[in-house]
Amino acid sequence: MARKKRSIVGKIVRRTFLGLGAAAVGGVAFGVWAVRRDPENPLVADQGESVFNPYIKISQDGTITVITPRAEMGQGIQTTLAAMVAEELDVAPSDLTIAHGPPAAAYYNSAMLEEGAFPPHFDRSFAAEAQRGLMGSMGKILGLQATGGSSSTIDGFNKMREAGATARAALKSAAAARWGVNADTLQTANGTVTNPVSDQSLTYGELAMDAATAEVGEPELRPRSDWKILGRSQPRAEIAEKVTGAPIYGIDVELPDMLYGTVAISPRFGAQPLSADIDAARNVRGVIDVVEVNTQTGNGYGIIADNTWAAFEGARALNAEWGPATYPANDNAITGALTAAIQGEANHALMDKGDIDAGLADPQGTLVEAEYSVPYLAHATMEPMNATAQLADGHLTIWAGTQAPGIVQSRCAAFAGVEKENTTVNTVMLGGGFGRRGEVDFPLYATALAMHTAGRPIKVTWTREEDTQHDVYRPAALGRFRAVVPANGPATTVEMKIASPSIMASVVGRTYPDLPMGGPDKSITDGAYNQPVMVENHRVSAHLADLAIPVGFWRSVGNSYNGFFHEGFMDEMAAASGLDPLTFRLAMMGNDERLAPARACLEKVAQMSNYAAPRPTGKGRGIAHVLSFGSWVAMVVEVDTTDDIHIEKVWIAADPGTVLDPRNFRDQLMSGAIFGFSQAMGQQINFEDGRVVQENFWDYPMMTMGQAPQFEIEILQNAETMGGAGEIGTPPAAPALAAAIFDATGQRLRHMPFTREVSFQQV
Amino acid sequence: MQLNVNGQNHQIDADPEMPLLWALRDLLNIKGPKFGCGVAACGACTVLLDGMPVRSCSLPVADAAGEITTIEGIALDGTLHRVQRAWIEHNVPQCGYCQSGQILAAVALLEETPQPTDQDIDFAMTNLCRCGTYPRIKAAIKTAAGMES
Repeated sequence: MARKKRSIVGKIVRRTFLGLGAAAVGGVAFGVWAVRRDPENPLVADQGESVFNPYIKISQDGTITVITPRAEMGQGIQTTLAAMVAEELDVAPSDLTIAHGPPAAAYYNSAMLEEGAFPPHFDRSFAAEAQRGLMGSMGKILGLQATGGSSSTIDGFNKMREAGATARAALKSAAAARWGVNADTLQTANGTVTNPVSDQSLTYGELAMDAATAEVGEPELRPRSDWKILGRSQPRAEIAEKVTGAPIYGIDVELPDMLYGTVAISPRFGAQPLSADIDAARNVRGVIDVVEVNTQTGNGYGIIADNTWAAFEGARALNAEWGPATYPANDNAITGALTAAIQGEANHALMDKGDIDAGLADPQGTLVEAEYSVPYLAHATMEPMNATAQLADGHLTIWAGTQAPGIVQSRCAAFAGVEKENTTVNTVMLGGGFGRRGEVDFPLYATALAMHTAGRPIKVTWTREEDTQHDVYRPAALGRFRAVVPANGPATTVEMKIASPSIMASVVGRTYPDLPMGGPDKSITDGAYNQPVMVENHRVSAHLADLAIPVGFWRSVGNSYNGFFHEGFMDEMAAASGLDPLTFRLAMMGNDERLAPARACLEKVAQMSNYAAPRPTGKGRGIAHVLSFGSWVAMVVEVDTTDDIHIEKVWIAADPGTVLDPRNFRDQLMSGAIFGFSQAMGQQINFEDGRVVQENFWDYPMMTMGQAPQFEIEILQNAETMGGAGEIGTPPAAPALAAAIFDATGQRLRHMPFTREVSFQQV
Repeated sequence: MQLNVNGQNHQIDADPEMPLLWALRDLLNIKGPKFGCGVAACGACTVLLDGMPVRSCSLPVADAAGEITTIEGIALDGTLHRVQRAWIEHNVPQCGYCQSGQILAAVALLEETPQPTDQDIDFAMTNLCRCGTYPRIKAAIKTAAGMES
């Protein structure tokens, strides 16, 4: 290899792996052999069934089981992954039995790590693609099975179709051998192989055992024009269970001889208990035992009882005192830490182009300055954290609604002192995830309590208050922005400084403690540095705030606040230019062809909403566009401000490249937007005396039925690469809402939640 | 103590202060009603008591005298309730965790107001949904009511 080429690749490798953090150690040590080697298939055939690959088993009785190894938390991923298999296998989706499957390296997620690459989504240069490729291969090397980053459809798109195509080829090959004909002459439909010449047919069940040993070549995937299932809306696979109250969630697990428990963990993160009235807790009717819990994620007590309510009452009776906080303990101190960070040196700048200082020193146009901020946020999944664990005869079994079953397996096994091979993780349905259920605390606490139950299983359920006060929060962030904007034109200089604690450092330290962390954390400026704008002098810098409050992935991660920062400031720049917000945005894109999907989405949404039409008194319309997780999303929000503010209507035009299930894609956009409105309107996590102030839904509100707007959604498919769905509706919601309120009232909202300054209608 | 749930009588031995929700879930293994908040704020635990929607997380089991209907009890002879069928038609649930409560609140609304307006729905349906399925819930209620949605 030429020396020069090697050094270029080496530079990319180093930068990429350091940036990833979680992958930092392994990076340089693993070679190409590790990337090429396929992980072991975790599926073992039962009597009378055949395993075709890590995703498909077929039994003699005709049952076709598809492993969809991504957590079903409402995003409809089981339905879509199963549809991919069905498309290539020639089986009706409703004839498939769907399961989460065991944790396994074979279920690695490459697309999630590719999303961690630094280049903006529209940068498809050789270097950018090389970086994505390297990141993706780390997913395979690490065997990282996780659901997140809106990556599951993208990641599964080839894997699941190939699984279906390979199985179909094997089934045809088995039939061909039975009939003594060439497999190419055979046809498949509805789970049956047919010989059109002889009119013979055999079901997949009848062929399953033979097919397992059939040799097949590289599968050829069907072109999009031949799709019969993909590209069409499918009924949600688990809908019957979800309208009948079936016991499918972690909290519904019920086992023979099971105990019930809860935890009371220090609300000051990392602190130890100072005192607690253990006897009072033990005296609560139904409480069996009170034990100490000491884990990497928290310290406190576990209450073991014969029903969940008794455990809750026991926890309350503890009346525990906790040690002091080791971090800035209230909102003022937190703001102080963010301010200090933003005044200090930048830790990194993933966008750094032209000469910012020169642009600002001699502004040829209006100098626009603004400060924006967002608070910490909780996930508030409807199903509070819970998990069930049993430690019996040297074997640990966990039942949990988890986004990261492999990590749950290794961390809980290590905690219990059991080999990973002797640890079973059963992934059950998640009553909401949004990033929260990628953590290990809830199964870890269940494991901790199961070490005190003499082999009996125990389900450990958190109270809502415990859940709200022991989250891994979306971090607070502060932004300071400056720009130079000539009249009637796009900005020539844009500087965005963004201060926040590092999500990656927090997650890696807490959840992957064996892996060192280093390099830029992209999430701090994600959604600000990589948007479809072309600016001559452009710098977006990250300023790391030192705050040891646990933070984590929250639906759309950095985009959840940077979308607001970027688009909010965009509107302020537009006002300075004298152009309307839509025209200004289009002007900011220049003539770059790669940004065409953004232009198309903005123009489409403007047309749908009649954006330019005059507004009646009291009404306002706001527009925003955010590119996140590879999807382009433009949104117009219309508000009525004649009384308390009501969001009346929302229009969305979104382009994820390829849409596999249009109805579900629309549902995800609405869901993401409502999540974003909840954030913008009234959510905040405050700190006092080192602990979270909020307790429950009454002081951590979400949007209600009466507040929810009407939606009109158009899907565009111009983009060349496939983007995500689950998170992309969230980032544009807050800035479009702020813009609509400004449009109606002239009041600029720069700080979330907006209830700090305005009131929203309550029903 | 005796509880009548979905037409069946159950004898239970519980602290009278125990919320109905936990008696149903942990003592009777009826898992349809879900635990969301414990303070009657979210409605995931909604059951019908003599046809009225109540938040079972905040109702002491001793006060649950009457006929209790949970999500498990609204289908008749294996045929789903028209509200459940409308939920399927509109693909309402996402994570689904709140939907037992949403469906029972909708059943009660339609008993009281067979042809609800948007405003009726907004006032009656105070159950929270973190996935934001509200637009489809509204459409499904109208379908169940035989109205255009």
